[in-house]
Amino acid sequence: MTVNTSTTIDRRSFLKASALAGGGFVLGFQWLTGSRPEAMAMHGASKARAAINAYLKIDESGMVTILSPNPEIGQNVKTSMPMIVAEELDVDWNQVTVQQAGLDTDNFTRQLAGGSQSIRHGWNGLRMAGATARRMLLEAAAQRLGVPAGELTTSRGVITHTGSGRTLTYGEVASDAATMEAPADVTLKDPKDFTIIGTTRKNVDGPAIVMGKPLFGIDYHRDGMLIAMIVHAPAFGMRLASMDASAAKAMPGITDVFTINAAPEGFNRQWSDINAFPEKVVVVGRSTWEVLKAKRALVLEWETASSLESSADHAQGLDELLARDGVEIARRDGNPEQAFRDADRIIERSFGAPFLAHNTLEPMNFFADVQEDHAELVGPIQTPEFLRRSVASVTGLPEEKISIDMTRMGGGFGRRLYGNFGVEAAIISQTAKAPIKLVYTREDDMTQGTYRPAYRVTYRAALDADNNLIGFHVRGAGINEGPLFPNRFPAGAVDHYLAENLSLESNITTGAWRAPRSNFIAGAEQSFLDEVAEAAGKDPIEFRLELFDRALYSPVGEDNDYDAARFAGVLRLLRDKCDWAAPAPGVYRGVSAYYCHNSYVAQVVDMVVQEGKPKIQKVWCAIDCGIVVNPGAALNQVEGGIVDGIGHAMYSAMTIAEGRPEQDNFHSYRLIRSDEAPVEIATFFVDNGIDPTGLGEPSLPPVSAALANAFARATGERLMDQPFVRAFESVEIRQPTG
Amino acid sequence: MANITLTVNGEQHVLDVMPDTPLLWVLRDHLNLVGAKYGCGIAQCGACTVHLNGNAVRSCSVPVSVVGDQAITTIEGLSADGSHPVQKAWLEHDVPQCGYCQAGQIMQAAALLAENPGASDEDIERGMRGNICRCGTYVRIKAAIRSAAGEMR
Repeated sequence: MTVNTSTTIDRRSFLKASALAGGGFVLGFQWLTGSRPEAMAMHGASKARAAINAYLKIDESGMVTILSPNPEIGQNVKTSMPMIVAEELDVDWNQVTVQQAGLDTDNFTRQLAGGSQSIRHGWNGLRMAGATARRMLLEAAAQRLGVPAGELTTSRGVITHTGSGRTLTYGEVASDAATMEAPADVTLKDPKDFTIIGTTRKNVDGPAIVMGKPLFGIDYHRDGMLIAMIVHAPAFGMRLASMDASAAKAMPGITDVFTINAAPEGFNRQWSDINAFPEKVVVVGRSTWEVLKAKRALVLEWETASSLESSADHAQGLDELLARDGVEIARRDGNPEQAFRDADRIIERSFGAPFLAHNTLEPMNFFADVQEDHAELVGPIQTPEFLRRSVASVTGLPEEKISIDMTRMGGGFGRRLYGNFGVEAAIISQTAKAPIKLVYTREDDMTQGTYRPAYRVTYRAALDADNNLIGFHVRGAGINEGPLFPNRFPAGAVDHYLAENLSLESNITTGAWRAPRSNFIAGAEQSFLDEVAEAAGKDPIEFRLELFDRALYSPVGEDNDYDAARFAGVLRLLRDKCDWAAPAPGVYRGVSAYYCHNSYVAQVVDMVVQEGKPKIQKVWCAIDCGIVVNPGAALNQVEGGIVDGIGHAMYSAMTIAEGRPEQDNFHSYRLIRSDEAPVEIATFFVDNGIDPTGLGEPSLPPVSAALANAFARATGERLMDQPFVRAFESVEIRQPTG
Repeated sequence: MANITLTVNGEQHVLDVMPDTPLLWVLRDHLNLVGAKYGCGIAQCGACTVHLNGNAVRSCSVPVSVVGDQAITTIEGLSADGSHPVQKAWLEHDVPQCGYCQAGQIMQAAALLAENPGASDEDIERGMRGNICRCGTYVRIKAAIRSAAGEMR
């Protein structure tokens, strides 16, 4: 049975086919996608920006070039987005070459890497791009052969007339297709007929990566380019008082030393312009080492400009917020106060986590060549469109005179949403009147803020005499941002529910860090629910399934931001796959489940005891992210998210003393290493044919709770304060029961 | 400044650089070999790993003046065409995510297996401890090294 999906192109669509120089066909297109508008908004992005646009070209030999519009930060969209186009175009993947598109707001939209949304937003537009091109090639072949297009079929770039057996390749009709009128509507493939989507295709940049080819912004080179480095104040709340650059300027290879202000008077600030230290000292010279040495020769004095805060102040401030009366309510169902008065037992726990730096392994950098009438920027950026606006504002150049090319990024994790380094590069180039590459040292990078906020949250649960969860209260607080999503689970599953979300203003800048807010609150919530299940004498999976049933069949409230059936589905899949009730001898298990970025994840951590210490042996993961475009790459993302989640919960912390970051490089800021990662990760995808949802972030948030819950089984102790490594090192393991 | 002679990937270069310049910056800035990456500058992350006479070193922390006549091999010289068993295994397992640390990981793994082709899982974990992968591809890195070890034996 063939059930085809027909998609009508929006009236506002823009579609343009043209001949390729030397023969062939270029298709440019722009459509609104079928994504829900409310989910399109990302950091204030307008609905229109959520549309996707791309182009593809086919030359006379049949080689297909597909531009990948979105920035590549290791989430593998440079491979998986073109796969979607190639699927509907019906070509062999071996015929396809992928190119990274530059910033091009005339022809593309939402060229942004963030919120795990590239595939979800791109899905319909990319499919229609391929299907439209295929349709035009078919029309061209029909004219050439003098047969109705309906009698033609395609396979792997070859058009066949079924009656006569005559064939034409895409390359042979590509030039003719360029003269065809674009179709008003196209028919998309039935997902069961997919031959590329759902199959593993290797990273298109893989060979270049393993051979060390220049791919990253920091590798970018232009003849005549100078190297620029910066110095920012040593503490949040400090600024430059005086500078003596005479020694630095006299050093070999140094061409310039000056100060910049990346947020000048009248700056048209974008949401992406977070910059704790817009005023910086800049050293420019011909080579990195010479500039680094000159940086050290600067004589700089700093003065206090605002408060010099410490992590201890933050902890106290957050605790005070959590203890305050009469705070603003984010959601309230039923009568929670009464439920807690009626409770047979109340369980209360608080959880906390520190600031985290993003620590992309490639430090911030950007190339800029700002000239009188135009500017050229090249580098790693998740938000090129916003960067261009900011660069226009600081340079005084119109946006259309500024080009931005996106390099492959050595990690993003949210840090490269905030393009202050690109703005700074532009100002430095304009000031130095030279093409420059700005490179942050690791220390510059780690100590300049935009951290994941430090958080603290208190949960309370009310159980009745029959161990039913009758009341649930969560009050969360964070630096510059509270951690809660008030309409996520268990909202909707408890009659009496209260959520309060609070933030503490600070001059320590904070920003989105992989799976913002979820990266903390998932672990806290799922650890707490585990303890509530234990108190209620229930199996932790059964306890969650009961709550999902409640949310599914008689939901409390109307605005519940999850699908309880899909949520329960991943948990059941996980339970079956890992044989939950029958772990191997000596294995202690913890479970966790979370929904974010439109995807559902359930995880089990298997912990063993080695030499008296707990060790993560294996992580089991079930995930419902709809159709999986590229399964091998998807597995890689899931595994990476799990290792990232374990690593940061276990080892990482950024602490502040008198405004100064106390960690500035990897000797003091601990990241997870090879021997600390799980030995094995087993991942299972739910196969439901639903359009794809987020994948780059959802596997990270829940794993810290699966880990903490396994730890509780192994030791009887609950982990509530990250990083957990302190508790791991001091714990005494009870003997395996066997 | 001083003239320093280096042998990199079998080719001799005479360079006029400050003797305390870390080998990493000589490779990247002066020889345009950018496969070795800057990650920390203090030998904590392994992104800059190259071989000196076959031994894995952190090029960010080796002053160029101490290299002498030791043969330097960078990722660009590990093989001409990506055919070293470790590179092949990396592609077979599709290891990279962002890819930034991978040249360093590959150079570390290649040195590890050259010295100890029968490396156990524990040897691999310990031997790779100095190389951070911020994307968390450790499980795949280990699997790729096991594959490469199989081919090199």
